[in-house]
Amino acid sequence: MEGEDRVLEAVGLVKRYGTREALSGVSLAASRGELVAVIGPNGAGKTTLLSILAGVQRPDAGSLSRPAGEVGWVPQQAALYGKLTVAENLRLFARLEKVADVEGAVERMLEQTGLADRRDDQVATLSGGNRQRVNIAVGLLAEPEVLLLDEPSAALDPRQRERLWRFILDRARAGTAVIYSTHDVAEAERYAHRLLVLADGELLFSGSPAELEAACGAGGLDFEGAFVEFLRRRGH
Amino acid sequence: MRWLLLKDLRILRRSPLLAALLVIYPIAIALLIGFAVSRGPDRPRVAILNELPASARTLSLGGEDVDVARYTRRLFEAVDPVTVRTRAEALDKVRSGDVLAALIVPPDVTRKLETGLEPATVQVLYNAEDPVKARYVQDTIKAQVQDASNALTRKLTQVALGYLKLISSGGRVSLLGRDVDVLGLERAERIVRAARRELPRASASRERLDRVERFAALARDNLSLSDDVLASVASPIRVDRKVIHGGATPLSSFAVPVALTFSLMFVTVLLAAGALALEREENAFPRLVRGLVPRSGLLAEKVGLAAICALVLALVMLAALSAFVDLGWGRFPLWIAAIALGALGFAAMGAAIGGLAREVRAASLLGVMLSLPVAFLALVPSGAVSGGAYDAIRVVSAAFPFRPTLSALDAALNRSGPIGPPLLHLAVLTLAFGAIARLSLVRFAR
Repeated sequence: MEGEDRVLEAVGLVKRYGTREALSGVSLAASRGELVAVIGPNGAGKTTLLSILAGVQRPDAGSLSRPAGEVGWVPQQAALYGKLTVAENLRLFARLEKVADVEGAVERMLEQTGLADRRDDQVATLSGGNRQRVNIAVGLLAEPEVLLLDEPSAALDPRQRERLWRFILDRARAGTAVIYSTHDVAEAERYAHRLLVLADGELLFSGSPAELEAACGAGGLDFEGAFVEFLRRRGH
Repeated sequence: MRWLLLKDLRILRRSPLLAALLVIYPIAIALLIGFAVSRGPDRPRVAILNELPASARTLSLGGEDVDVARYTRRLFEAVDPVTVRTRAEALDKVRSGDVLAALIVPPDVTRKLETGLEPATVQVLYNAEDPVKARYVQDTIKAQVQDASNALTRKLTQVALGYLKLISSGGRVSLLGRDVDVLGLERAERIVRAARRELPRASASRERLDRVERFAALARDNLSLSDDVLASVASPIRVDRKVIHGGATPLSSFAVPVALTFSLMFVTVLLAAGALALEREENAFPRLVRGLVPRSGLLAEKVGLAAICALVLALVMLAALSAFVDLGWGRFPLWIAAIALGALGFAAMGAAIGGLAREVRAASLLGVMLSLPVAFLALVPSGAVSGGAYDAIRVVSAAFPFRPTLSALDAALNRSGPIGPPLLHLAVLTLAFGAIARLSLVRFAR
């Protein structure tokens, strides 16, 4: 999935907060329908990387192939107005995104998220899982080719997580490149086509889950154990 | 931006408690302040014991009757009088707290005034358990006694002047029920002059009569100056007031711009600060500013939202106040200008607070904690504190929108002065606070 299918490319991204370097020359690419997981320990720079790809923050150095407006972004915590209904939230962001057919986009998202029957409920009354579905729906309103998800399943119960992943996989099958960060290594192994391992702002690995397992050569360990061993060997 | 504005109005509509607080709290504060500024404490209940016997309520001076009761009644005008019959009853009422003070007019007031040997004295017994009210009563009674005393002095001066005129020019006066013809200096001088002419040129009496005639002329000339002298004695010091700076707005009229400014301040500061902080609290800010809405546009929307709401509220308040206070509706465009610029200044300040605080509760708390001292500082009059402290207060007040808003509203409503400078001041403050708010948003998305 390279060449013409590539929908996003970032080269040499650097981000500093004062004297601390949160990202040190990270490069990545994503192709149509690809699921890319960004994993790493706390403070690795996962959220910083996604927020730069989303245009929320500007990098101190490096370049992006696609302007932020063409990338769908779903922040870790639901970025929705609790006092507005599901439909009103979708309508508001569709208008701000300057979607041509606002009502059509709202109906489509309500249907895809399975929240049509909750359309008139205020978001504050929804469960965490449903709120996250609306959150993702807002990121997809403009039908972006690239969708960025910052720890999308955090704070969801297993059933909600399962439904969420079904939804995301559907989007990927429809051709959307999905880049997501997660703490859940098993979730990365299970759904991602490719893994990016970040630690202390440095990109340590880019490849498939099987390649990561092979790279650390820790026979007898499960994937999570292999990942931890990989980080340990790299001094993290 | 209009979609954001509509969204905020919708959220506001769905937060009835917040909306009610935003409207009721400033109005309640405004009314309380307006009430406090426009009038002092209620007329205190004061026991009055008038011991003047009916026969002694008139003072007879030079054949003219002066009604002493008329002057003592002045003492009762600024208080809520409770008539008592005895000193013991007056004391009981003061001790029990039923009245704040007792005013006793003793029976010898008329006699002392008639003899002029010692000053007439009224006695005040007061309850000082509430120092504010006690001070108010002291000041009120002192002022009323002064007024009554001045009025009586003027009357006595009139009577004295009548006497002097009688001595100077002569005339008829009623004395002990008899009509008496008083010769007067003028006629005495004429008689002396005629008698002198009838004396032989060599007579030694002529010289003595010359001395009498010169004395009479001199006395008459000096007595003709007595009007001015007695007027000066009656009011030895007069006050000539000239306003050097500021308008001559009556206190009751000043209460309207004070109340309006407080309302504008609370509504706009809290609304702008809360609305901006809400974007971050709902995590929507990063989503908005990643290309959907420019940061400056978001700020402008919050400032506009707060200013529009405040403008509507201020106009409603003015409409309600016009039922009690005479407002010059012909100056309506100036009202709008003052309210709009004031609201923009406060809203920009609120946006800066919202940007710095980043959470709705913290923003609201910071808004109140910053606004109240700024408002009270702006109301400190010159002379109330030392020169250096007042200069510092002026500098602090000039850095916030309260004082210029109050000046602009006072100028628009009460013609207290030119409206241009405070409006310009507010425009500068709006830009300055807008810049601070914009800077605070740099770290807002982190």
